Amino acid sequence: MTTKLMGTGVQRVEDQRLLRGHGRYADDVAVDASTLHCAVLRSPHAHARIVDIDVADVLDVDGVHAVWTYDDLTGPMAEPLPLLIPHPALTHGRTQYALAKDEVNYVGEAIAFVVADDRYVAEDAVGRIRVSYDLLPPVVGIEAARAADRLVHDDVPGNVGARMEQSTGDVEAALAASPRRLTLDLDVERSACMPLEGRGTVARWDPDIDRLQVWSSTQTATGVRAVVAVKLGLDLRQVDVITPDVGGGFGVKINHPWPEELLVPLAARTLGRTVKFTEDRREHFISSAHERGQVQHIEVGFDDDGRLLALDVMFWHDHGAYSPYGLIVPIITSTQLLGPYKPEVYRVVFESLYTNTVMVTPYRGAGRPQGCYAMERAMDAIAAELGKDRTEVRAANFIQPDEFPFEQGLVFQDGRELTYDSGDYPASLEKIKALIGWDDFPAYRAEMAAQGRRVGIGLACYVEGTGVGPYEGAHVHVETSGKVKVATGLTTQGQGHATVFAQLVADELGCRFEDVEVVTGDTRRMPYAVGTFASRAAVMSGSAIHLAARKAKQKALKIAAEALEASPDDLQIVDGVVSVKGSPGSAIDLGTVAVLSNPLRYAFDEASKAATQFTVGDASKPPVAEDEEPGLEGTDFYSPERSTFASGMHAVIVETDPLTAEITVLKYAVVHDCGKLINPTIVEGQIHGGVAQGVGGALYERMVYDESGQLLNASFMDFLMPYVTEVPDGIDIDHLETPSPLNPLGIKGAGEAGVIPSAAVFASAIEDAEGLTSTGLAITAMPISPSDLFHLRLAHAEETS
Amino acid sequence: MKPAPFDYVRPGSLDDALAALSGDPGAKVLAGGQSLVPLLSMRLAAPSTLVDINGLPGLDSVEVTDDGVRVGALARHADVLAHDEAARVQPLLRLALSHVAHATIRNRGTTVGSIVHADAAAEMPVVLRLLGGSVDVAGPGGARTVPADELYVGPLESSLAHDEIATSAFFPALAPGARVAFAEIARRHGDYALVGAAALVDGDTVRVGFVSVNDVPTVVDLTGVATEDLGDAALAQLDPTDDIHATAAYRAQLVRVLTARVVREATTDE
Ligand SMILES: Cc1cc2nc3c(=O)[nH]c(=O)nc-3n(C[C@H](O)[C@H](O)[C@H](O)COP(=O)(O)OP(=O)(O)OC[C@H]3O[C@@H](n4cnc5c(N)ncnc54)[C@H](O)[C@@H]3O)c2cc1C
Repeated sequence: MTTKLMGTGVQRVEDQRLLRGHGRYADDVAVDASTLHCAVLRSPHAHARIVDIDVADVLDVDGVHAVWTYDDLTGPMAEPLPLLIPHPALTHGRTQYALAKDEVNYVGEAIAFVVADDRYVAEDAVGRIRVSYDLLPPVVGIEAARAADRLVHDDVPGNVGARMEQSTGDVEAALAASPRRLTLDLDVERSACMPLEGRGTVARWDPDIDRLQVWSSTQTATGVRAVVAVKLGLDLRQVDVITPDVGGGFGVKINHPWPEELLVPLAARTLGRTVKFTEDRREHFISSAHERGQVQHIEVGFDDDGRLLALDVMFWHDHGAYSPYGLIVPIITSTQLLGPYKPEVYRVVFESLYTNTVMVTPYRGAGRPQGCYAMERAMDAIAAELGKDRTEVRAANFIQPDEFPFEQGLVFQDGRELTYDSGDYPASLEKIKALIGWDDFPAYRAEMAAQGRRVGIGLACYVEGTGVGPYEGAHVHVETSGKVKVATGLTTQGQGHATVFAQLVADELGCRFEDVEVVTGDTRRMPYAVGTFASRAAVMSGSAIHLAARKAKQKALKIAAEALEASPDDLQIVDGVVSVKGSPGSAIDLGTVAVLSNPLRYAFDEASKAATQFTVGDASKPPVAEDEEPGLEGTDFYSPERSTFASGMHAVIVETDPLTAEITVLKYAVVHDCGKLINPTIVEGQIHGGVAQGVGGALYERMVYDESGQLLNASFMDFLMPYVTEVPDGIDIDHLETPSPLNPLGIKGAGEAGVIPSAAVFASAIEDAEGLTSTGLAITAMPISPSDLFHLRLAHAEETS
Repeated sequence: MKPAPFDYVRPGSLDDALAALSGDPGAKVLAGGQSLVPLLSMRLAAPSTLVDINGLPGLDSVEVTDDGVRVGALARHADVLAHDEAARVQPLLRLALSHVAHATIRNRGTTVGSIVHADAAAEMPVVLRLLGGSVDVAGPGGARTVPADELYVGPLESSLAHDEIATSAFFPALAPGARVAFAEIARRHGDYALVGAAALVDGDTVRVGFVSVNDVPTVVDLTGVATEDLGDAALAQLDPTDDIHATAAYRAQLVRVLTARVVREATTDE
């Protein structure tokens, strides 16, 4: 046997192409001069009624092909965009129209759509559209939404889109009976995915075959396909959606359809021309999606060891102007808040509130960073109150390794029980303490203090439900050349799927890794799929590919057994050659097996002669046996009963400048358990990227809205995404592998984890640097900038003097 | 993010460039484009014509004499930063330029362009003022020299007329025995400073220039001020304001810290 590729850090096959600039993104499709380009007139007001739209000035602009407003839309296109994930608690779900009808609810909402020869002309034309508005008072921020003296949607009382409650017992009684209690009020600000490639869609209608081809920078090709077909009144068969290279998604591209994702195909069909929309950066800030914004109120009861006896959480979730993605983000916050802990009684209530700002849909972590922040702030507060080590308080509350499967008694985002499948949190804690040097830190702190320097250490733990259903599928096809073509329907945004999926196929089928080519997100190749989100690609498509490769292998063995006159059980497939174990002379390569799998009447080359009717087959049997199909292929689907739960712990050492309040990361450590690793290099890359994004979310990024609802920092100059210079230049990583019992490979998802504990771990470390005690400076709002820390110090000094 | 339509000319001589400017009140000079192009793309500026001066001969030099450093209008930040002789004659150039943006932007952006763009958040306007430098300007009526102290008339506004072109900037050499220092704090590496400070200490004279504090590049004379009072003395002549990255109070704190830091660095050997 060759060595297994599962678990080895195979180099990414994508990198040569992507790093050399040979990637092909949506904007690289259809670059010929005949392609038409679009621009969108977006609302300059956060809340207004549209009185009149005058496009007269635009119609004679040279090079303009179409100008559409809501009034030009008909049929399903004139209906609101779909509410993708309905939920009984979402009593007041609202979605926007492809082009605003009568009212706009955030700065950036699409009002008119222009198609022109190029984007320059399209933008000139947009500048000539005259809209008169009746301004309405905007609702900006959670406080204003809660006050509800102004409403975002007239028919949504209190601005409350949803109110949801889950509990595992009588929390009030449990709180009252707790020997110790604490209350925390916390705040998390908005950030956003900010993929470097924004949204983009290209569409081409081919009248000769009555078919629409759509390229979209999306996280779900099948989702886009279904909605385009419905909205344009086409049969599903008439629509292909192809996902080109995607320059980052991080969640924002799972929401669909974006107005342009429908308007571009509609324009292509109406105008009979290839049409392209490429979102620019300002548009991305004001018309895609944001996340994170929450206000949290936590009451916690505990004993002298810090054991959680009662945890009562209420939070308010800023949903922005609309709720197309349902309640996924707040549901995840409310359930994943528990992390690796098992409070005796837990109650969580949330309200999802509308505001006149960009809507909120999942961003990497998808509500978990906020939940982790709430829980871990509470853990730190308990430790400070009791004067105990923060790791001790956490350890006192861990679910133990022998308690799996562990039922939290809640319902998760997929409508299934929140049941953790496996994990070993005490082992993770030991690893992270060793990695960061937790026990040696007091000495280090003293040493630094002697030099007038302030350092702090922080820790945060999380559990992440990954690999949610409903399913993914895969198709594995061995061609007569011996090359193996693999297709799975979910999409790729740079994760390295072409590498890890090829590893799985090579291992299971026995072909050479180099012979495997993976295609993702192309509905022509795999029309049944869900999408890439919730750290699910490896678990879902990985498992499906493994199963499909197994089917192809079984078929290959059967055909080869006949050809080699051996029993399938005596055969092995190594490096693409099927041979009889122990007699290497008796062998046939997979390409030849593929030839034999497809009985032919006509030969077209040397190899195919071997499969023609006078060459092979038992003349007494049908050429294709009953229950068999021609071709060396395997198709299979994987659909788990519930999510698998990855986990991890992060620790950081920071320095805070006593004078300037600058915050510097000195050391960052991660212990990560995503079950069996397929490719540790890729998992580490995912962690690095997650930590980088987490540093951004904790220390730099925020969406600065003024009270009129204008986003003041809608550019990379003022929205401070960290540069490589702001990210810790080394991240120490240790893995733990507790296999998942839920899938054939024992794997769990890894894509989002790196970003989950950031706000929590930095709050913990900065607070520690500033003197962690029950009367110390408390960090209750994240992100935190040097200016914020400076003011926190002033306020704390005032309080204590 | 596409500019509104504009005409574009790339004259081959200074006279042609000046003629193109004076013939069109909506025309604008294009140098490295690192400030102007973003303004065009966001449609915050919509000039009728861009007069690209990158084809003008003889403007890309960095000339160093014992008197100082003369930087031509087409010399890039990177050229000046890399110039060892310039750094020897006036060390503040290199100290400050290393804080200007990132390498890619320094490769195109010109130092003279930065100076006439007159952004109070930029390093080089303050450096020019602190050192008492000047800018040579060509216009329809001939050439003139504008001392730095007469260059900055308002936020993002220089005293150059619309039809004038700055041909070079002159930074005086560091006097024997005089010393300089530069420090700044930015949110991210290479960002515009939250506060920057440049000190020039020459004998008893102590002067400090501030980046991103007032709305024009500002230099404060701190001669004779006791060490512990430096920051507050500077603040008495400054007016820090709030923005989305920092409050006025935090900026004031940075002024205190950085003033003390640069003056100490320019006066002591640590
Ligand atoms: C991401 C980014 C970060 C940056 N960070 C910094 C920073 O930290 N510090 C900093 O100081 N700068 C920073 N800059 C700006 C940069 O330094 C610019 O290069 C500089 O401000 C302008 O020089 P330019 O040659 O690009 O001028 P242009 O953009 O070509 O022109 C700027 C303005 O000056 C006028 N102009 C230019 N040259 C002349 C001339 N010879 N005569 C008359 N008028 C002229 C133009 O008409 C225009 O109005 C940054 C820029 C970017 C894009």
